[in-house]
Amino acid sequence: MTYRCPNCGYVYDEAKGEPHEGFQPGTVWKLIPDDWSCPGCSVRDKVDFEADEAA
Amino acid sequence: MSQASVSTAPTVKWADPKRYLWLLGPAVPGIGLVMLALFWYSKAMWTMWFVVVLVHMVIPALDWLFGEDAENPPDGALQSLEDERYYSWVLYAFVPLQLAVTLLGAWFAVTIDMPWYHQIGLALSVGMVNGIAINTAHELGHKKSKFDRWMARISLAPTFYGHFYIEHNRGHHKNVATPEDPASSRFGESFWAFLPRTVFGSLRSAWHLEAERLARQGKSVWSTDNENLQSWAMSLVLFGAVILVLGWAVLPFLIIQAIYGFHLLEVVNYLEHYGLCRQKKADGRYERCEPEHSWNSNHMVPNLFLYHLQRHSDHHANPTRKYQALRHFEHSPQLPSGYAGMITLAYFPPIWYAVMNKRVLAHYKGDMGRINMYEPRREELMARYAEQARTLARQG
Repeated sequence: MTYRCPNCGYVYDEAKGEPHEGFQPGTVWKLIPDDWSCPGCSVRDKVDFEADEAA
Repeated sequence: MSQASVSTAPTVKWADPKRYLWLLGPAVPGIGLVMLALFWYSKAMWTMWFVVVLVHMVIPALDWLFGEDAENPPDGALQSLEDERYYSWVLYAFVPLQLAVTLLGAWFAVTIDMPWYHQIGLALSVGMVNGIAINTAHELGHKKSKFDRWMARISLAPTFYGHFYIEHNRGHHKNVATPEDPASSRFGESFWAFLPRTVFGSLRSAWHLEAERLARQGKSVWSTDNENLQSWAMSLVLFGAVILVLGWAVLPFLIIQAIYGFHLLEVVNYLEHYGLCRQKKADGRYERCEPEHSWNSNHMVPNLFLYHLQRHSDHHANPTRKYQALRHFEHSPQLPSGYAGMITLAYFPPIWYAVMNKRVLAHYKGDMGRINMYEPRREELMARYAEQARTLARQG
């Protein structure tokens, strides 16, 4: 599954994770803290992301 | 590529009238080099103060002459404007020039015989260049490319402010215009009270952000992957190399230019969100950052020297948008002059308050409950501005 920041288009892909942020590949979305801010813009937090149906 | 930050409007051909004026950005360290060359040939001591005079007198004077520039690129031109590599080169050019000024300046400081007060002028001028460099690093640090980010961290090395790279994106942008942000100034807070709060608060925040990130990776905060430690190491290497070549006599120069440099960043921070506040919603989260949460200045000349930093509302709405594509928002809070002039006001709190407090009140139509207030003076401020607030609220 992938999730997209509605502000800047940054995409979190569960398969790839975000290792620099400490989320190994395969880290499921529900394990990511609610207040984790978008690494692209920090304007929106995890709770604002939209599930990317195209995935 | 940031998708939401550029519109899906059909592409439009547009010639940027400011295209070559952006060269004023890297002209700042360029002028620093000219200053050093002028001194070399003329031995005239006044040249040591050149950059300080540039920022405090020349730019405000030019600002007054040329005034505002509310022109925005049409939506359909934003994508091609962002894609044009020329603008990135104008940004990159700043860094080698800045390093040249720093190294040459350090060399002058120890090899040229001059009275101590002119040595201070030299340190302040170089510090000014490296302080303005923090703005260049700000632009670079918001980008995704590894090259841009490394350039940002190199640009931050001379002022020992590498932790800005961490704190600014992940701390300030998340918490901007709330009491939680050390870099957002409060209504009634003088610049001199703000300065230690932002310097130490931002340092603490940068430290905690990295500690958290490293903990998620299962690493110690002392790991070599700690980006704060890496950045400070870069500064230490730079300072160490300079001291090795020029001796310990260069240390006062290095310290003065670093402190003056980062103080400049902080006085600009002071201007940008003074008194403005995002409201807490019912779910306990702050409302999203909107154009009304930043002070802007559409004055053209300082904008050209600062890569459009003064179009601050658009920057906070779209932090990944490149400087050349930032837009002026007609209804966003506006400062009465460009940043260069406002900096001088900030140094004198009674003048700052006289100019800015009424603007904050007017922005909130007298509703003082919505202001980001300096708590130690809350009662005094509420009393002092009660009548003005009531009048504004009645006017609606």
